[in-house]
Amino acid sequence: MAPLQITGQVLDVRRAGMYTVLSLTAPGLAERTRAGHFLNIGIGGEESGLLLRRSFAIYQVQSRGVYGGSVDIVVGVHGKGTQWLVDRRRHDNLSIVGPLGRPFTLPKEPANCILVGGGYGTAPLFMLADQLRERGCRVDVIAGAATEEKLFGTLEIKRAASTLTVTTDDGSLGVQGRVTDVLEDIITKTQADVVYACGPMGMLAAVAEIATARGVYSQCSVEESMACGVGVCMTCVLPVIGDDGITRMVRSCVEGPVFRGDRVRWSDVGTVPPDTLGAPTGGH
Amino acid sequence: MSRALITSGPIDPTVNLPAVDMSTSLGYFETPAPVFTASGCAAAGKELDQFFDITQLGGIVTKSVMMNARSGRATPRMAETPSGMLNSIGLQGPGIDSFIENDLAWLRQRGARTVVSIAGGSVEEYGKLAAKLRTVDGISAIEVNISCPNVEDRGQVFACDPNSSAQVIQAVRRNSDTKIPIIAKLSPDVTSIVSIAQAVERAGADAVAVINTTLGMVINLETMRPALGGITGGLSGPAIRPMAVRCVWQIHQALPQLPILGMGGIRNGEDALQFILAGASAVSVGTVTFHDPSAPIRVQQELEIALAQRGFATLREAIGFAHRGPDVAVIEEEQE
Ligand SMILES: Cc1cc2nc3c(=O)[nH]c(=O)nc-3n(C[C@H](O)[C@H](O)[C@H](O)COP(=O)(O)OP(=O)(O)OC[C@H]3O[C@@H](n4cnc5c(N)ncnc54)[C@H](O)[C@@H]3O)c2cc1C
Ligand SMILES: Cc1cc2nc3c(=O)[nH]c(=O)nc-3n(C[C@H](O)[C@H](O)[C@H](O)COP(=O)(O)O)c2cc1C
Ligand code: FES
Repeated sequence: MAPLQITGQVLDVRRAGMYTVLSLTAPGLAERTRAGHFLNIGIGGEESGLLLRRSFAIYQVQSRGVYGGSVDIVVGVHGKGTQWLVDRRRHDNLSIVGPLGRPFTLPKEPANCILVGGGYGTAPLFMLADQLRERGCRVDVIAGAATEEKLFGTLEIKRAASTLTVTTDDGSLGVQGRVTDVLEDIITKTQADVVYACGPMGMLAAVAEIATARGVYSQCSVEESMACGVGVCMTCVLPVIGDDGITRMVRSCVEGPVFRGDRVRWSDVGTVPPDTLGAPTGGH
Repeated sequence: MSRALITSGPIDPTVNLPAVDMSTSLGYFETPAPVFTASGCAAAGKELDQFFDITQLGGIVTKSVMMNARSGRATPRMAETPSGMLNSIGLQGPGIDSFIENDLAWLRQRGARTVVSIAGGSVEEYGKLAAKLRTVDGISAIEVNISCPNVEDRGQVFACDPNSSAQVIQAVRRNSDTKIPIIAKLSPDVTSIVSIAQAVERAGADAVAVINTTLGMVINLETMRPALGGITGGLSGPAIRPMAVRCVWQIHQALPQLPILGMGGIRNGEDALQFILAGASAVSVGTVTFHDPSAPIRVQQELEIALAQRGFATLREAIGFAHRGPDVAVIEEEQE
């Protein structure tokens, strides 16, 4: 279904640890959204000098209610654009384009699923957990971050999961270490069929490597810098192996952000591997 | 009242503005509408068609295509800059055969006016691309992106030298149907853009597209290295608009008969009007599409309003209007 370009009004701005949750009116968005979709938001109004829209995973959507539908996103301040966003107040208007990208694909049969979120990467996993459970899947969640306040939504996600394992680099909450330190064990214990992951690229690479080595299917939602978010500029590419075995520089905004973990050439991200379709040849 | 007026934004919708004849032409390419997408900012139209009806535009200018598939450059390919951005995409694309088979076929079936942008690493490659396009229907014009390094001349950019620019245009002209207008796309990174425009006109260009991006650079302060994988990149967006208007002005002044497709940082109808008044016959909207995926059609609607507000009955009357002599009637009135 085609993405919408709409004006959303800020309904609520609330703090959650290091993050800010923004609720916006978004009529029609919920009906189109599946877990793993993202949206992008214009920064600074009509005449803004910050031209590029900022992308955010869709955290929650409501299709009804007084506002005729709304959407929630989780914002971590990174630079100027995200700072501007968390400074918004009730009744401010924001330009929204979405839902964008390819969502997570759900198993056809009930399956054992592990959901791994790094930092605000847990945001799209809430909807995913609900959708998986509706299909009779077992859901185990691993949430990791550098420190406790960089975790998002661990209390809430517990409700949708059979087990929740928290890791922090500094041990401020849960197991001290990384999500990948506990992943192997949980794959074994739950006899996992699928691993879903969203978080920083380094984490995704490590998660995909473990899943693939264990013969478990994985889906990773990547975060690449984007200029347009709608597929027209070719900014957001990474090397991905196609069904035909050929590596291409693929747009993560339309062919992702969710990719099969075993198809992304994680160690080559940020380069054009020499065997990529159309890679520069020695002669040029 | 025309459709555009009904959807007016900042203008008071109660004011009845007359419809403006928005038709224009670039060489023999006659189009009912003057706003185009910019090459590399609209892919081949399909994605933007989700946001607005692309057949209502003057036309879609497709991403520059080369003979063979190209992977493009390493990431990061983009850095945001004040009112603009740098890009170093590196002409990623599927190659001409796949482009014709898939993208062009889709555009034709969709009924969109299409300007195909081509890019090459040698004069010969440009000629071959033109020959390929000669065999297919549904092309309104060819835009020739000459801001490419010439592999046969130590990587010198064609667009920076009048002779190389002319050679490319000759090769394209020779291999194209005589009825297909050829638009040479110029780089602003030259000492005299007029001399390049003169060279390509003599070589057979029917129009010029002005301007391509201008070379820029950003250093990432975290890594303390260049921010882009390609080190340097092309600067675009409102930041370059005054430079683009100046280029259009200079070319129109020197070569008033040469049609110009103007672009560079157009954000709204009034920006577009500046280009028209400076001498452009039509305009492209590029980078701002990333900010607002409906920008091309919105700019077209706003341009109609901006023209009507200034009393223009046709777009054609406004082309180059800023070059006119003193407004005698007004001066006399003031002297009374
Ligand atoms: C698919 C996707 C989903 C995302 N989901 C979330 C989310 O749920 N919550 C959240 O807090 N953040 C999310 N991000 C990251 C968020 O988009 C960036 O933090 C934000 O764009 C940074 O903007 P800035 O102006 O604060 O930073 P600046 O560094 O000033 O941004 C400069 C430019 O670089 C781009 N950029 C910088 N960092 C990133 C990044 N990490 N990813 C993509 N583009 C970047 C910006 O879009 C902008 O164009 C997501 C990114 C993507 C691609
Ligand atoms: C991401 C990006 C990709 C571009 N790719 C091309 C291209 O393939 N061929 C070309 O002739 N110009 C290309 N351009 C230049 C634009 O067509 C246009 O000339 C320039 O960006 C100025 O207009 P703008 O400020 O409206 O974007 C590209 C620009 C951007 C931002
Ligand atoms: S961000 Fe433009 S193509 Fe993906």
